[in-house]
Amino acid sequence: MKSASQIAADVRAGASSAAAELERTLAVIDERNDELHVFLHVDLDGARAAAAAVDERIARGQSVGALAGVPIAIKDNLCQMGVPTTCSSKILDGWRPPYNATVIDRVLAAGAVPVGKTNLDEFAMGSSTENSAFGPTRNPLDTSRVPGGSSGGSAAAVAADMTSISLGSDTGGSIRQPAALCGLVGVKPTYGLVSRYGLIAFASSLDQVGPFSKTVEDSALLLEVLAGHDPLDSTSLPEPAPSLVAHVNDGVAGKRIGLVRELYEGADESVVTAVRDAAAALTEAGAQIVELSLPELGLTLSAYYLIAPAEASSNLARFDGVRYGLRVDADDVTAMMEATRTAGFGPEVKRRIMLGTYALSAGYYDAYYGQALKVRTLTIAAFARAYQQVDLLLGATTPSVAFTFGAKTADPMAMYLNDVFTIPTNLAGDPALSVPFGTGEGGLPIGVQLLGPGRSEAQLFAAARVLEIADGRE
Amino acid sequence: MTLPEGWEMVVGLEVHTELLTKSKLFCGCENHFGSEPNTNICPVCLGLPGSLPVLNREAVDFAMRIGMALHCTIAPSTFHRKNYFYPDQSKDYQISQYDLPINSGGYLDLPDGSRVSIERAHMEEDTGKSTHLGGSGRLAGAESSLVDYNRCGVPLVEIVSGPDIRSAAQARAYAGELRGILIATGASDGRLEEGSMRFDANVSVRRSGEPFGTRCEIKNLNSLRSLQRAIDYEALRQIELIEDGATVRQETRHWDENLAETSTLRVKEDADDYRYFRDPDLVDLAPDQAWQDRVRAALGPMPAARRAQLVSLLTTPSEAQLDAVEVVIDLGLERYVHAVAAASGDPGLALSRVANELAADVGNVSNLTTEAFVTTVSMEQRGELSATQAKTVLSEMLEAGGDPRAIAAAHGFEQLSADSLGSTVASLIEANPDEWQRYRDGDDKLAQFFIGQVMKVTRGQANGKAVIAELQARR
Repeated sequence: MKSASQIAADVRAGASSAAAELERTLAVIDERNDELHVFLHVDLDGARAAAAAVDERIARGQSVGALAGVPIAIKDNLCQMGVPTTCSSKILDGWRPPYNATVIDRVLAAGAVPVGKTNLDEFAMGSSTENSAFGPTRNPLDTSRVPGGSSGGSAAAVAADMTSISLGSDTGGSIRQPAALCGLVGVKPTYGLVSRYGLIAFASSLDQVGPFSKTVEDSALLLEVLAGHDPLDSTSLPEPAPSLVAHVNDGVAGKRIGLVRELYEGADESVVTAVRDAAAALTEAGAQIVELSLPELGLTLSAYYLIAPAEASSNLARFDGVRYGLRVDADDVTAMMEATRTAGFGPEVKRRIMLGTYALSAGYYDAYYGQALKVRTLTIAAFARAYQQVDLLLGATTPSVAFTFGAKTADPMAMYLNDVFTIPTNLAGDPALSVPFGTGEGGLPIGVQLLGPGRSEAQLFAAARVLEIADGRE
Repeated sequence: MTLPEGWEMVVGLEVHTELLTKSKLFCGCENHFGSEPNTNICPVCLGLPGSLPVLNREAVDFAMRIGMALHCTIAPSTFHRKNYFYPDQSKDYQISQYDLPINSGGYLDLPDGSRVSIERAHMEEDTGKSTHLGGSGRLAGAESSLVDYNRCGVPLVEIVSGPDIRSAAQARAYAGELRGILIATGASDGRLEEGSMRFDANVSVRRSGEPFGTRCEIKNLNSLRSLQRAIDYEALRQIELIEDGATVRQETRHWDENLAETSTLRVKEDADDYRYFRDPDLVDLAPDQAWQDRVRAALGPMPAARRAQLVSLLTTPSEAQLDAVEVVIDLGLERYVHAVAAASGDPGLALSRVANELAADVGNVSNLTTEAFVTTVSMEQRGELSATQAKTVLSEMLEAGGDPRAIAAAHGFEQLSADSLGSTVASLIEANPDEWQRYRDGDDKLAQFFIGQVMKVTRGQANGKAVIAELQARR
């Protein structure tokens, strides 16, 4: 499978065409989608039109963007005009957005070809894509196992060589965790670096859109296209988008990297070994490893499971059957809303709406939501303290390699613990990425996580590139 | 209306006003009353999945103007979500300011000299408008409901007074004064009939000197008259309850204008829990000093100052003249009176003409220049026009503009010159020597007799004041 930067280069040079690259992608989807259940919807006509437009521009000698002719898979919680958008929920049945998410406009402007919408845990709530109302996605590396979640479809699309890049969203690890389980690079950017306009909100203060790819360079390339101020998103950072691809090979010489005990303790032995090996590889490349402890991070899982559901309980209120999506008729409007929401939401979504509603209720707010906000403040302070000592942090992405279907569905707590290493940085708003490094049980990939202070993406990619080379890929 | 001996009412008002911004509070849709249903809508105000709010700076300007006019402190503020399910609310939550409002801690001085404190004046978005078909016209029991989202997301400022109001008349005066201020700031058109201002009244009663009683909130009063009547009714209702040995239940009540009574809407104990929390889609609002200074500099004089300026033109203003001042300030027509005063004319006469003739045709005042008005008043003052003639000239100019002298000439109003009036008066004095002697001896009532005689002879063409001037010249 060619990388995105290679496809774009070939298309620009006339060695390939957007149409040819798309047909190759469509052929793989055709071959493997039934088995893997990656795409909920393939937008054949739209993708062919987008590819034709790129080829036409090239034929006329007009300029094309950084992703010219690159097929891209889109997580189905991103709005694309006229294309069914479901969040893997029955409640959005039949809804076609009348507008594009800002990230869709940006990849289109860069010449990429969105091929379809990928499966996810309903409303991005989950860590295995088993919570999809339309059935789970299988891990292309071992179809008896989950691809992770919630962006499992977007991870599987790249892992199965359907596309070279895809878009996911990360609220508590929903890009980094499936990237780790599928052997990919996955990035949660600095909060506000990428516009959330058109991303159907799960937890607004935590959600960020980010890239999946096989190579570090491709994620840098895609993030460069996605990043930058958007006047439609009040939380979008005002600064211009950073230059990333140019710094991918900057290395880590002279960098101080903190190895954070709370970000790998309790993980499987193979995972801990991979993290230690990664530390050694970074030292080899000239970095200085500093062992660190940030005890506050032990509180973040609980805080996250109050803050995220609280925001979700409000964000998901609008799915009431009045204006769009599913409507289950009843005698009056209140009964209609109740019947619609009862039929439209799956059990995990209902669980979190209940949890969040409770956490925000009068008499409980201070003990739950209020307390969680204090933990969030402590988390931000803990990371800030660490970044006074070191440039970046290193840890595990997940406690284990990809697990089998049904292994954690009976116990929500076991599923939630999957995100214990990824959640802290969402609370802090800082960037983090997962990069494959080593293998564990059954030869399945392990992801290690690199974390940095706000807007340190260029440094993160440079460190990830060092690990990519040390791991023998490229 | 007065309450039974020994009782006092305690009232606080919550006033919602729509802001006259070009676009809505969080999106670019037009803010316009009266458009075809669901034509001023977009993904943001419809709350479509994935859409995000962006704060309208013009709405912040207006909110700050209101705060400044009410002597509030302007402070960094935040937006919260007020969560409740209702079909006319597209997101099933309302974005509103909660614990940190943009304006707080101000006051409003009423014309009678009393002061009402302002607790806060915060920003929030309006909801859409539901129409319920079948049943009673309310949601319960309706056969079907239609929702118009044009109003959804229209910017509102809610102004909350302290519990400082002690009578329904004072509440009305407060609401009226506030309306004048909102119009003067340009933030609102003050059109109560279009719902651009709405009042909620918190009413409780107590025996003088006792602590505050349990309050009831009367929702959605939409005229000054309803406000006053509803508060009076509610205070009496509560007093009767207590005097009968019962207690007042804290509840939300509805005012029925036709029945002239309030009734229970919902009891507070089972009030909704709105689960307020900071809206993570919006950032803190902290207008810097330069922004605040810019807004303050653009703020014109408020009604109280304009009223004082107008009253200062009158030597000893009568009750009727003070009422006329209210009318003129309310309609923003004081420039006509000031123009007459500046031209050394009679401000009292000008005030009367503006409060009556101009106020009656206020939609057409753009046809009447201040110069033409000054000329008309001075013609009337000099006796070149009678009061009736002056009113005719003004009404024609309001209708179609024009020059007052030309209009008067076209009607033949100027035929009664000062000379001919003088000779008419002289001949009437000669014909009525007894009355003339009594007038000369100081009986001013006889002036009316001579005016009557002159009017009879001139068939009403004379100016009464001019007749008195002629009489006094000969006294």
